[in-house]
Amino acid sequence: MSEVVAEAALVEGKTQAGVRYRAKDKTPRSRRSKLRLRNTLLGWSFIAPNFIGFALLTLLPILALFYVSFTDWNAFGQANWIGLDNFRRLFTKEPNFEIALKNTLYYTVLHVPLTMAASLGLAILLNRKLKGVTFFRTAAFFPYICSIVAVAVVWNALFHPEYGPINEVLRFIGIDDPPRWTVSKEWAMPAVVIVGTWREMGYYMLLYLAGLQTIPREQYEAASLDGASSWQQFLYVTWPGLRPQTFFIAVMLTIGSMKVFDLVLVMTDGGPGTATLVLSQLIWNKSFKETGQFGYASSIAVVLFVICLVFTLVQFFVNKRNQK
Amino acid sequence: MTTLALDRPFKRPTTRRKVRSTLVRVLLYICLAAVAVFLLLPFFWMVVSSLKRDIDVFSVPIQWIPDAFRWEHYQEIWGVEPWKGSSMLDWLRNTLILSVVVTFLQVLTGSFAAYGFSRIRFPGRDVLFLGYIATIAVPWQAYMVPQFLLMSQAGLVDTLWSMIVLQAFGAFGVFLMKQFYETIPEELSESARIDGLSEYGIWARIMVPLTGPAIASLALLTFVNTWNDYLGPRIYLRSPENFTIQLGLQLFRSNPDVATRWDLLFTGSVLSVLPIAIIFLAGQKYFVEGIATSGMKS
Repeated sequence: MSEVVAEAALVEGKTQAGVRYRAKDKTPRSRRSKLRLRNTLLGWSFIAPNFIGFALLTLLPILALFYVSFTDWNAFGQANWIGLDNFRRLFTKEPNFEIALKNTLYYTVLHVPLTMAASLGLAILLNRKLKGVTFFRTAAFFPYICSIVAVAVVWNALFHPEYGPINEVLRFIGIDDPPRWTVSKEWAMPAVVIVGTWREMGYYMLLYLAGLQTIPREQYEAASLDGASSWQQFLYVTWPGLRPQTFFIAVMLTIGSMKVFDLVLVMTDGGPGTATLVLSQLIWNKSFKETGQFGYASSIAVVLFVICLVFTLVQFFVNKRNQK
Repeated sequence: MTTLALDRPFKRPTTRRKVRSTLVRVLLYICLAAVAVFLLLPFFWMVVSSLKRDIDVFSVPIQWIPDAFRWEHYQEIWGVEPWKGSSMLDWLRNTLILSVVVTFLQVLTGSFAAYGFSRIRFPGRDVLFLGYIATIAVPWQAYMVPQFLLMSQAGLVDTLWSMIVLQAFGAFGVFLMKQFYETIPEELSESARIDGLSEYGIWARIMVPLTGPAIASLALLTFVNTWNDYLGPRIYLRSPENFTIQLGLQLFRSNPDVATRWDLLFTGSVLSVLPIAIIFLAGQKYFVEGIATSGMKS
């Protein structure tokens, strides 16, 4: 969700710099520069406690990422500059990279539309005065802040191929041979997608709900006077009115899906085989799980970073164009 | 007169229309019920299963209400050691310590830095802030490896310190607090300045008291994120006595001696979620406010 923050702040930073207040200053130059020095010291004294931690633990690692990806840094601590070798190996000799990329795209293609449809439907359903609506809004949001391990415990049990309640229901309604979910190659990814959608729909519902409340009531009244059916009202009033939210949510979901990680890690650990191996997990496997090839893993991280950057930039520029 | 002409002739709702609108309402409630089942049934099942006998967890047909509620699982769980010498109690204690310390540091340093960014003008400030924001857009997965290398150089791996420094200085807190500070009129701090209050005094006596709800939002979001974090602890914490509840639960799942005790596994899951559920229900308003102001998680 972090891109939300980045986006909003980039826009905000711009406007603020534009209208910066400049008083006609008649104080002598030396006093002004003294004041400036005082302000600089004062400003830094406020920022420093956070900045020191931030610089060491976020800024430095991000910059180091690019350096490390050009070295053969490994678990034994040796790091030699090897140029593009990591990337060459990744693109030509790593069968798992292609698999991970495909799996990540597969997850994205399923997860994004499903979550959008579910959260939009939920938002429309909850955007009315009915008894208990506030309860539902709260309830829908709860999966999003629930711990991922507990989520995995429950859903893996629900998906249990022999005794799980889901398959029991499927057998009850006449499907004799229900999917084996997380233990089968074909159904492991859809199972992860279902849980991902269940988890995130409440969050995106909140964003859609905020959008729905900006559509003027008069538009619906006018449409209904003209004899538009509910479906037509959705198609010609609601959907166009939600366009900014839809674009925003689509980008957020895409970025989120490209870097999907902890959900896969706790539910299937990339398996069975490589059926749910995603990009983030490949970084994990190469660095922490298997062999400690930190340099090589960093080159995969660079690829992930570039993918996310592209989507962030697309969003940034589209928003900028729309604001004009 | 013209307005009157626009009004539609008054019509009594006919019985057919009444029936139709009731039908729509019923349909809506059916939809809502279906959604509620999808969203909440997993939680319900989790709680119910923690109260069943082990062999009844996967009984056919599904037992929605157990014949007897076995609360004793909630006593038994403390004695179980998925790893020799470490139990749920240690992990819950670790997680609580971490969440409290991280939340305290994040709120303190975040609001302090936000004051510097929103109230004091100095050269390079806006560029610096932009730098802060830009890093929020970088996925953590991309720099977790270099971060680990730095931490291991510093000798922090497998200590709770690693988790504290990892989460306490997030750019997210700075951003959130700055957003709230911008809504407070500059005149307030200006008049305090004229009255001779120092900048630190303005922060402590004016800004902090005025931004109570914002601090609550940030504190709740940070607490929940730290409590739930799985990846950070998974990378940095190695010995079971340092584990958080999330890692402990995962250990429970993967230990063949105890993993077959589904009833206890569900009991552990409930215990790991319960504090979050209580906090969420108590502070709903602040969660939504925090999310409306920005995104969640970093």
